[in-house]
Amino acid sequence: MAHFEKANSLNEWLDQRIGINTLKKVMQSEYWIPKNINFLWAMGMVLAATFGILLVSGIFLLMYYNPSTDLAFDSVNYTIMTEVGYGWLWRHIHGVGASLVFLIIYIHMFTGIYYGSYKRGRELIWISGMLLFVLFSAEAFSGYMLPWGQMSYWAGMVITNLFSGGSLHADGLVEWIRGDYVPGQAFLGRFFMLHVLLMPLAIIGAIVFHFGTLRLPHVNNQDGEEIDFEESARLWKEGKVKESKVIPFSPVFLSKDVFVMGVYFILFFYLVFYHFEFAMDPVNFDPADGLKTPTHIYPEWYFLWSYEILRPFPTDPGLVAFAIAQVIFFLLPFLDRSPNVAPASRRGLFHFWFWALLIDMIVLTFMGKLPPEGIWSTIGLVAAITFFVLWIALPIITKFEKKL
Amino acid sequence: MSNRRDFMGMALGGFTALGGIGALYAMKRTWDPLPSVKAAGFTTIDLKDAQENILVTEKWRGKPIFVLKQSKEMVEKAKKSDELKRLIKIGDEYYMVAVGLCTHLGCIPGYDPANESFLCACHGGMYDGTAMVTKAPPPRGLDIPPFRIDGTKLVLGEEGPEYKKMLADGTTMKV
Repeated sequence: MAHFEKANSLNEWLDQRIGINTLKKVMQSEYWIPKNINFLWAMGMVLAATFGILLVSGIFLLMYYNPSTDLAFDSVNYTIMTEVGYGWLWRHIHGVGASLVFLIIYIHMFTGIYYGSYKRGRELIWISGMLLFVLFSAEAFSGYMLPWGQMSYWAGMVITNLFSGGSLHADGLVEWIRGDYVPGQAFLGRFFMLHVLLMPLAIIGAIVFHFGTLRLPHVNNQDGEEIDFEESARLWKEGKVKESKVIPFSPVFLSKDVFVMGVYFILFFYLVFYHFEFAMDPVNFDPADGLKTPTHIYPEWYFLWSYEILRPFPTDPGLVAFAIAQVIFFLLPFLDRSPNVAPASRRGLFHFWFWALLIDMIVLTFMGKLPPEGIWSTIGLVAAITFFVLWIALPIITKFEKKL
Repeated sequence: MSNRRDFMGMALGGFTALGGIGALYAMKRTWDPLPSVKAAGFTTIDLKDAQENILVTEKWRGKPIFVLKQSKEMVEKAKKSDELKRLIKIGDEYYMVAVGLCTHLGCIPGYDPANESFLCACHGGMYDGTAMVTKAPPPRGLDIPPFRIDGTKLVLGEEGPEYKKMLADGTTMKV
């Protein structure tokens, strides 16, 4: 038996048993954040808050949702939307949240790319972040199946068909994934499980890992400056707050975060209450029907760029291109050969590369939504090729980048 | 006594790996299509009542199946374009039987009896009365489901000699 003194407060009692003061120091009061940052550094906590909101709204949806092919559509569109008190609120929060979480993920990603926050000790932050992107994509896709409307069914059909590998005709694998020849009860059941349990568990684990990768290298700053965190921390603790280049995560940095979150949630709830329809595809308000295809099948906006990389090529090269596009971002820390950690604006050709990539992905997104006809399919093809040219060019242009 | 520790470590590791492999196999099998799903993968359709140039849509493994009894002129046309091999002959009659999903992106084409052709509304692909593609983008004619002839009936899902011949000479792909 270890020796314990009588505690004089709850805090002391907890500290004796689980070292809560050490925990607070490591995670909050002595986790140092540079002062030289802007509102884009708040996106991480905005994402965490959005995930929390998705979790809460999901819990309430789960209580009346029915994962059966006969009942799923009505349980969402009739029971939850018209009978359950405020059921519509949870659904609209969940739908809008799923869409906005990707908007913020993209902003978060491109912030990291712009400021070079993926190199020199920060590689794992980037890789765990990309892992989260993949997990959120799987979470979004599996969730999209659940209302069992026409878009759910046909998106499920088309996406699982990708696993046949084009000319490989691995139809056995596709049937194994579906548990049936076409999406049916087995398919809905397993995607329901993935959406409400396995994926959220994996996401929570990956978030913890993502935070962990951040603790030692610390977050980057607007100039990519290498900061002596120990020296700065000493200054702060001595009361020389002005001289110190850092602030503690909590409560100082967090209060900045909360301000940005406040602005963000005004937008969020404006969309939830007044423009939720952008996250609700009208085609998905027809129940799933395996004997009738919608005229145009397209994914939600956040998958359009990669869908457009698949589409303009013939089947096999298209699949290869699609597969590469899914993983290429993971390699960013290794394809960028320059040692410079600095904003793109000070990195010569890389500045051009950054904006070219961003604009190219926006073009791909728009083309993915338009029908693949005439000029649109040409623009889509050019944009898809540009995407690969940019990634091939990256190691070359960064190799010759002037050292700052 | 590092030998004893090594032995314990390897024994524990070995049995754990064995259990892990067993668990993975169980998980794979749980994810497999159910026997009832597999059993429902066979559908018998009777072609006796089919009428010339009138499209009948059946359902097999959740997919639409087109059945089109060919008229004399359609058979002549198919002979000329060397597409008779796509048709199923029962007695003296010829039938087109195919999975009604466009080979381009899987939409369901519509039939126009006046022109004896199929049109896919999604991207404008066209097929003739034997379901052979006549206008791109579809890469090939509609796929023929596995079948076995049983009198005037077809058992879809089973591979009879006539179907195996179609597979062998490349008339259709496996679906």
